[in-house]
Amino acid sequence: MTGEKIIFLIIAGVTLFSGFMVVTSSNLVHAALWLVAALFGVAMVFALLNAGFIAVVQVVVYIGAIAILFIFAIMLTRREQLDHGVQVNKNWWVGALVAVASFAGLVFLLQSFNGFSKTALAIPSGFDAVNQLGDALTSPAGYVLPFEVASVLLLAALVGAVYLAFNKK
Amino acid sequence: MNFWSDPLKVAADWLTGILVGWGMNAVVAHILLAFLGILMLASILMVLDIFLVWLERKVVARFQDRLGPNRVGPFGLIQPFADIIKLLIKEDTTPDGADRVVYNIAPLLSMMSVLILWAIVPLAPVLLGVDLNSGALFLIAAGAIGTLSIIMAGWASNNKFSVIGAFRQVAVMVSFEIPMLAVLLIPTIFAGSMGMNTIIQKQDIWYFLLSPLGALIFLIAAIAELGRAPFDLAEGESELVAGYNTEYSGMKFGMFYAGELLHAFTFGGFWAILFFGGYRFFGLEKVSPFLSIAIILFKALIGYWIIMWIKYTMMRIRIDQMLAFNWKFLTPIAFVLVMVTALMNALLRDASSWLYITGMILSNIILGWVSLEIARLVSKKERERVEGLKQPALSKAEGVVEAHH
Amino acid sequence: MNEWLYIGLFFIVGLIIPFGAIAVAWILGPKKPNPIKQSTYECGIEPVGDGWVQFKAQYYIFALVFLVFDVETVFLFPWAVKLGQLGLFAVIEGIIFIMILMVGLVYTWRKGMLEWA
Repeated sequence: MTGEKIIFLIIAGVTLFSGFMVVTSSNLVHAALWLVAALFGVAMVFALLNAGFIAVVQVVVYIGAIAILFIFAIMLTRREQLDHGVQVNKNWWVGALVAVASFAGLVFLLQSFNGFSKTALAIPSGFDAVNQLGDALTSPAGYVLPFEVASVLLLAALVGAVYLAFNKK
Repeated sequence: MNFWSDPLKVAADWLTGILVGWGMNAVVAHILLAFLGILMLASILMVLDIFLVWLERKVVARFQDRLGPNRVGPFGLIQPFADIIKLLIKEDTTPDGADRVVYNIAPLLSMMSVLILWAIVPLAPVLLGVDLNSGALFLIAAGAIGTLSIIMAGWASNNKFSVIGAFRQVAVMVSFEIPMLAVLLIPTIFAGSMGMNTIIQKQDIWYFLLSPLGALIFLIAAIAELGRAPFDLAEGESELVAGYNTEYSGMKFGMFYAGELLHAFTFGGFWAILFFGGYRFFGLEKVSPFLSIAIILFKALIGYWIIMWIKYTMMRIRIDQMLAFNWKFLTPIAFVLVMVTALMNALLRDASSWLYITGMILSNIILGWVSLEIARLVSKKERERVEGLKQPALSKAEGVVEAHH
Repeated sequence: MNEWLYIGLFFIVGLIIPFGAIAVAWILGPKKPNPIKQSTYECGIEPVGDGWVQFKAQYYIFALVFLVFDVETVFLFPWAVKLGQLGLFAVIEGIIFIMILMVGLVYTWRKGMLEWA
C-alpha cells in the first residue's frame, strides 16, 4: 500500500463519516458543520487527484458561500434549531434496502471495469490545468457558448432569488 | 551552491543526508523535514505576532498622542511577553449554554486560516513553499475558513452579542469578497498566472503603477475582510461588547486577537506581493535571499502600517452604509475596472512600454474620477432630498417661535 | 501532488500551533468553575432568553447575491490566466460575460434588494 492510498483511505473515511453525521445529527447547525467537513473532504480528494484549481474552487464556493448560506438559512427560517423528533420514519428499511441494492449493483458493474489495476498516466512536466481550462473556455473551438450560457444561468438564478425574496415581502 | 545564495536547499540537503544516513527512508525524511520547516516558519510567525502586538500598541499610542507601553524593558519591548504569560495563566471559562465542541474548535480554525496563507507567500526567489497556480483563489479559500470560524464562534457562544457580531462580520466578509476576487483578476491578467511567485517574477513594473485603482480596492476589501475600522461594526464595543469573541477568555481569546494582527500583517504582505513587487527591489533580491526576506517584510510592514493608519483615523460605519458602499459602489467599479484592464491590455500589448503604462494609468485615473463624480452627483441629489424633507418641518418650527414672540 | 502534500502539512501545523498554545494555557491556568462565572456574559446583565434566535432575512438575501457573484468570478479566473496569449475575441467574450452579470446586479439594485430595510 502506497502513502497516497493510505491518505486517500483516511480522507474517504472522514468524508463518509461526515456525510453520515449530516443526516443523523439532530442539531441543524451541527448538520451544516458536518456538511462543511464532508465538502472539505471532497476538496482534499480533488487535491489528491492533482486537480488543484477545482479543489480551491470547492473550498471557495462550497465552504465560503454555500455552507454560509445554509447556516444563515437555518438561523433565519427556524426558531427551533433542534429537531427533537426521531431521525427516521417508518419506511427507513426501504431506503436502506435501496441503498444496499444500488451499492451491490455498482460493485457488480465495476467488476467488469479494468481500470483499477492500471497505473495513471504521468502528467507531463509543464502541464498547467488552469491554462488548459482557460483555453477550453475561451477558444471558439472549445466551450465558448457554454461559458456565456453559464453567465445567463447565473443571471437567471439571481433574478429567481430576487423574485422569491421580493414576493415574500 | 552555498548557504548564502540558497539556504533552504543547502539546509534541506544537509539534513536529508543526516537522516538518510541514520537509515531513514528518503521520502519519509523529506516529509519530516518539510514538516519541521513549516513548524519553524509558523513558530517564527508567532514570535513575530508577539512583536506585532507591541508595534500596534506603540503606533496607536503615537496616533493618539500617547507614549504606549514604555515601562517593561527598553521601549516596553518586554510588555507583550508579560501579556502572553498573563494569557497563559488565566482561567479559561466556558459559558454554560455554549456548544462546547464547536466553541473550542473555532479559535483553532481562526488561527489556522491565517497561518495557511503563508504556504503561498514567497519570501525570496528560492525561499518559497509552493507557487500554486491557484494562489489568488487560495487567498479567498483561506478567508472562507476564517469566515466559517467566526460564525462557529458566534453561534457556539450562545450569547446574543456574539451571534449578532458574528452575523455582521460574516456579512461584511462575504460582501467584500466580491470586489476582492474581482481585483485579484487584475494581477492575474498582467502576469498570466495566479501563482504568487510568478506574479512577482513578471512584475518588472509594479502593478500598482499599472492599476492604482485595483490596489486601492484590494486594500479596502482587505480591511473589510479583517474586520478593522472603519468596517469593525461586528465588534462595536459600545453596542456588542466585543462581537463574536465576547465569551472567549484566556488563550482562546488570544488566538482570535493574535490571529487578527497576523492577518493584518499578512494582508500587508499580499498587498506588497500583488501590487508592489513582493521581494523585488531594483535587483537587490538577486544579492541574497536574506535581503529579499528583509525587503518583503519591510513592504508588508508598510502595508500593515497603512492599515493601522486607516483604522485609527476613520470612524466606524453602519451596516447599511457598509453594504451600500460595497454593492452599489465598490463592486460595480471593480468589475468595470476588470473589463477596462482586459481591454486596454489587449489593445496596448504591442505598443511600447511607456505607452502601455501611460494608457493603463490614464484609464485607471479616468475611471476613478468618473465614478467619484457619479457618487458626488448621487449624494448631492440625496442630500437635497433629505433637506427637502426637513425644510417644511423646520419652517413650521420657526413659525411657532415667531408666533410666540 | 507534492504541492498539495506541503499544503496539507501546513494545515496540520496551522492546527497544532494554536492547539499547543491553548493546551499550555489549560495546563497552567487555574480551574475553579462556579455557576456565576460560567453564566453567559458573566460581567454584565443576564441576557434574556436563548442566544440562538431568529435573524433578519436581509442577511440571507445578501448571501444569495454574494453566492451568484462568487461563482461568476471563479469562472473568470481561467479566462484571466489565459488572456495574455489570446486576441481581442477572448477579451470581448469575457466582457460580455461580466456585462450579463452586471445586468443581474442592476436588476437586484432596481428591485430594492440591496437596501438594508
